[in-house]
Amino acid sequence: MTRKIEKFTTRVPHWSPYVTPVDLETASDSQRAALSETPSNTKVSDYVLVLAHDSQALSARTPLFNGIMYDKGGLSRAERELGAVAASFVNRCIYCAAVHASRYNQITGDETVMQKIFFDGPAADIDPRARSILRFGVKLSQCPPEIGAEDIAELHEARLDVQDILDLTLSTALFGWANRLMHTLGEPIDNRSPE
Amino acid sequence: MSRHVLETAADVPATGPLAEALAVRGRLMELTQASHDAALLPEEPGGLSHALRAALAARIARLNGDVALAAHYTALAGDTGEAALADPEAFGNDTRISAILSYVDRVTTAPKDATRADIEMLRAAGIAEGDIVRLAGLVAFVNYQVRVALVLRKLGNTE
Repeated sequence: MTRKIEKFTTRVPHWSPYVTPVDLETASDSQRAALSETPSNTKVSDYVLVLAHDSQALSARTPLFNGIMYDKGGLSRAERELGAVAASFVNRCIYCAAVHASRYNQITGDETVMQKIFFDGPAADIDPRARSILRFGVKLSQCPPEIGAEDIAELHEARLDVQDILDLTLSTALFGWANRLMHTLGEPIDNRSPE
Repeated sequence: MSRHVLETAADVPATGPLAEALAVRGRLMELTQASHDAALLPEEPGGLSHALRAALAARIARLNGDVALAAHYTALAGDTGEAALADPEAFGNDTRISAILSYVDRVTTAPKDATRADIEMLRAAGIAEGDIVRLAGLVAFVNYQVRVALVLRKLGNTE
């Protein structure tokens, strides 16, 4: 028996696709080329094998994903992950939230921030800079997105410069993209064996 | 300043802090443009024509309140039968288009509400698995693009 995960967690579930993944054995040359790099350099998963149905898109998307999350300079790794979690919170992508909350926890060594975000959302009682980033990420992830000059000013007050704000925007919007794939093309299920 | 669709639609200034920040992420903006080309003008469009993709992108931009990208994609859709679908009030007159529009609207406005039933609806309307992934990728990309464009406009305006 498998059980769909409905609540936010930092324990990464298994992702079960609704669409048949490409079979690596019979994949075309362009599909194989698109799979040569993976998001965060993890193994070739069912998720990327589903996306390999559209190899041209995947070939651009994977290096874009890795660049937005890992390229040097600008906003810190942890704060990029916070943007990813803000989007995943709004879009209720349990899988993405789990992966990126756990990366945030690994980087910062502080699990209380994510616990508070999962419990209270944008009202979470976290330090002011993290809260400003979280609020911005949440407002940007709404449809339509609700970002005004005052939101930019709040980030500047929290000492984010233009580069930091660009990087935060890229990671948050990237997760609006990732959530719309992961949350609609499959579901997170409990990966604990029933035995 | 730029041939890229996103920066052009956001009317980013040619010089100043935003232009410098974008230059630092120049490779990522190139990959964003490559993702645009893959979503809107793919070499292998499968069952989703370029005109249909452009019309759906215009619809997504309008649902997000992005006038400039909506105009860009409406122009890209051109004078085709699909162009009318750019209007969020327009509904399809056949099962296939209705299913596509239903997916586009839900995943744009409330992705949290999407379930397995949304994919089953596409499949029941005769949409191939590859085209389901292509459609999801188009919707997801344009929703990324409008958000980046919005912030670039705000950053550009404050300089």
